[in-house]
Order: sequence, then structure tokens, then C-alpha cells
Amino acid sequence: MKITREEVEHVARLARLDLTPEEAERMTGQLDTILNYVAKLDEVDTTGVGETTHSQRVTNAFREDEVRPSLAREKALANAPADNGEAFVVPKIIS
Amino acid sequence: MEIYSLTLTQAREKLARGEITSLQLTEAVLFRINQVEDRIRAYLHLDREGALARAEEADRLREQGRAGDLLGIPLSVKDVLCTRTMPTTCGSRMLENFTPPYDATVIERLNQAGAVILGKVAMDEFAMGSTSENCAFQVPVNPWKEGYVTGGSSGGSAAAVAADECFASLGSDTGGSIRQPASLCGIVGMKPTYGRVSRYGLVAFASSLDQVGPMTRDVADCALMMNVIAGYDHRDSTSINREVPDYTRALVDGMEGIRIGIPAEYFGDGLDPEVERSVRRGIDMLREAGAEIVEVSLPHTRYCVAVYYLIAPAEASSNLARYDGVRYGFRDQDARTLIDMYRASRSRGFGDEVKRRILIGTYALSAGYYDAYYKKASQVRTLITDDFRQAFARCDLLVSPVCPTPAWKIGEKSDDPLAMYLSDILTISANLAGIPAISVPCGFSSDGLPIGMQMQAAHFNEEVLLRAAHNLEQRAGVVGTKPELA
Repeated sequence: MKITREEVEHVARLARLDLTPEEAERMTGQLDTILNYVAKLDEVDTTGVGETTHSQRVTNAFREDEVRPSLAREKALANAPADNGEAFVVPKIIS
Repeated sequence: MEIYSLTLTQAREKLARGEITSLQLTEAVLFRINQVEDRIRAYLHLDREGALARAEEADRLREQGRAGDLLGIPLSVKDVLCTRTMPTTCGSRMLENFTPPYDATVIERLNQAGAVILGKVAMDEFAMGSTSENCAFQVPVNPWKEGYVTGGSSGGSAAAVAADECFASLGSDTGGSIRQPASLCGIVGMKPTYGRVSRYGLVAFASSLDQVGPMTRDVADCALMMNVIAGYDHRDSTSINREVPDYTRALVDGMEGIRIGIPAEYFGDGLDPEVERSVRRGIDMLREAGAEIVEVSLPHTRYCVAVYYLIAPAEASSNLARYDGVRYGFRDQDARTLIDMYRASRSRGFGDEVKRRILIGTYALSAGYYDAYYKKASQVRTLITDDFRQAFARCDLLVSPVCPTPAWKIGEKSDDPLAMYLSDILTISANLAGIPAISVPCGFSSDGLPIGMQMQAAHFNEEVLLRAAHNLEQRAGVVGTKPELA
């Protein structure tokens, strides 16, 4: 076993996902199969090999720090599940 | 031939010559959609009135002497591209009611070129899938065979182009999502070099791999679409400031002086014999056109699926953290606390495949596993990229199949995620290396299902791909063959 159901439930908590017991069971089996498959990377000797995080060797993309128009507030709020006309509204954070 | 069956290039010429109007063209395509959409199920959103208004405007502009590369041409776009005037769902319940406050750069470019955007087409949820079955709203069906998958994730685009429900479409490709459905539906699809086309307004899946590209009826149409969408955009810091050639000039007859590499690793176990025969016949045609054929090796190909299914989910788990029910997207209104709201909104808003990838990605990035999974995959990604560099020292392009098999039945692989992932084995490496690749129709299986050939080239060598694809197209005699519908 590459991954246990407890680990899957832990990762789900980190990712803010709720899994039903049935989902947790199914995902554990599927993730285990996938992780067993990706374990073939262990065969590859990567000593001294750099990591690729970006396929073009671009360093920083700088631009002038100029003030430009940004998204108007009413547009930013247009898709809000809840708002008060000025800000997004969310359930109470501290009880 | 009905006017909805023209290629984009032909339609453009007829418009320019005044033989048809954009309004006639648009009405014809809307009629075609009415006729076949029950069978194809490509459109998630169709803006009939908007399209007709845009078409009338295009006709007015043309009367005033104005031109545009796509003036008056009806197109569709994958529902992963932000559109200010239409919903953008990404095939997810999470974004079911989302209309973006801005247009993606590629949408702006289509509009500036005068295109008539008909609507938004189906896709796997957040572009995660190889069949479009992960779309939360409807599953598009292969125009060539009832009950068969279109491929994915840009399945709606491929089906709509193949079924004459638009003249071309834009898709996105993170691990084959343009090329594979293009192959399974018998059309042309190109994934440009990473950085060639702006990703601004493309809803992010795996940011180091995602790229927007054209899906068209033939190679000339692909070149024309590339002319419109390619180019630097200051709003995408990964887009590259480099001159954009006129891609339509790349369609040179003859392959003299071009060396084609055949990677042995792309013709391995699991390759359908009919697919292999068809692609090898295509290679013979390219040789007859004057190309030199050499054997090359990409020894790390066997690791690409493993690398991809760590890196893409890792990036996705981070990108999809934004869907928390606060600013836009689905919110579970019953949750009493903030944390409960996050969890309930995400759990109810996302489908199974998206959750699976978020879990894999979160796991691969989590403390104690980062080195073993994400770091290791990023290192092997370097080796895969080096394989290509060495191969392109010996040849101008690489030729292979796109997908190991023709299209399969809807439902056939949907319970086995790993089997589904393995169908991407021939397309993933191009995304890992950031190189351009194209899928071109080269034949049919004995069941009448399309088979595509993949061509890959070094960074920014889209032109050699278009030239080779054009020469294959001239000789294969496949383009122009249409599925029988309605």
C-alpha cells in the first residue's frame, strides 16, 4: 500500500474537501493504483539533474510599475455569492 | 455542398468576393446546429441572437471596406476561455453561473479579427479528462459514430468542427487536450509552443503546461487561426515577445530538405495495429513528398505519464484552491462557519476527477512527500526535455500517432482513471517540454473512425509542422471526408 485511507482523509482535509466514507474508500484504492504506477520514476537516476518548473528558460518578466485601471468594484462583486455592495460577505470566522 | 461545410479559408474567400454574406453564413451554421446538435451535444451555450447581430455588423463593416482575418466567420470556443458576454463554466458545477468580468486575450483577438463567436462548447471539467465525459452538463458524442467518445478535454470543439457546427474552434491543451480529440474526430488541432499564445483569461489547470490553440477542418485554416491568436501579451508574464510569422506562408508544397525523426518509443506496446498502419502509410507519403526519414530515440518517454500525473495535479491543486465560494463560483449557502463553507462548496462544486487530481496534487506537494514525488517528477521532466533537444539535433520534426487507439465507447474507461491516463501517453511529452505539436488526419480504422498523425517540432518551429501537415493532407486525401449526419 502506497497510501492509506487515513492519509487520503488527511490530504482531503488539507485540500478542504469532504469525502463521504464511500468516496474515501474508492479514492484510496484509485490513488494507491496511481501512486504505484508513478513509483516507476524511482528507476530513474536523477543525481545532479536540475528541476524543470518552466519549459522556457525565462527569468523574471519585469515591466514598468505604472498605474493602470483595474477591475471596477461592481464588476468584481458581480459574481459574488454574497456581498454588501462594497465587499464579499462570508460566514462568521471567529465564534 | 452546403455552405456550412466549407473550410474557414473557403468561406473567407466567398465572403471577400461578395458571393455570400456573413449573415447567410451564420444562419446556415445555426441551421446546421439545429439539425445535428441533438446527436452531437457540443454546445453548452449558444448565443443565436448575438451571433446574428455580429454577422450583420461584419457585413456592414465589409461594405465600408473594412477587412479582418476572420471578418464574419462563425466560430466556437471551448468553455475554458473567459468571455465577457457569455457564461464560462469550465464544464463544472462550480462555475455554472459564472460570467467573467473580462475577455481572454485570445477572445479579444478573435473579436478584433471580426469573428462571430457562436457560443461555448463542452469539455471535461476544468479540462481534466481524455473523453469529455467529465463535463458536468452534457457529454459530446463523436460525429463519426453514435455512442463513441469525442476525446478530450476539448471534445466539444473537436465535435463541433467535425460536424460543421462552426468553421473552427479554440481549444486548450495541457497534456493532449487539443490534439487527441482532433485525432479522434478527424480534424486538425495544434498545440503551439508554450508562450506563443497568451494564457490570460484561460482558466488555469496546470499553468506550466496549458496552452491555447486552434482546432480546424484543415491545415490552411489552422495557419490562419494561428496568425490571429499568436503573439506577446503583457498580461501573461509567460508569453514570449517574439515576432509572429505569417503562418499561411508555411504551407509549402514538397518536403525537400526536411528530416523527419521516427521515435521508436512512440510505436510500442498497446498501439492499435490499424493506427500504426495508417501512421506508417502517412510517413511513406511524407517520404514520397521529399522528406528524409531517420530513426530517433526518446528514451524517457516511458516515464512521461508518471511525470505528468504528478506535475499537472500538483499545479491544479494549487490553482483550484481559488474556488472557495467567496468571490465567485458555487457557495454552499447552508454552511455556518467559514471553514465549513469552503469544504461544503468545494465538495459539492467539484466532480470526481477534479477531486481525485486535487488529492493527488496535494499529496505530492505535502510535507514529507515533496522530494519523492514533485521534485523527482520535475527532474525527470528535465530528462524528457533533454531527449527532445537531442532528437531535434538530428531532425526537424518527429512523427508518431496521436492516440494509441481510435475513439472508444462512452463509458468504456470511465471507471478506471489509470487506463484513461495511459491513453495520453503520446501527447503528454510535448507539454512537459513546451514544444509545439499538431494532429493531422491521416486515415480511418476499419470501423470508419478517424486516425490522426502527430508531428512535434522544436520550440517556435510551428512553421515546419504546418508545412509537413499540409503535405500529408495533400497526399492522404482524408480532409474533406465528412461524417454522415442527419
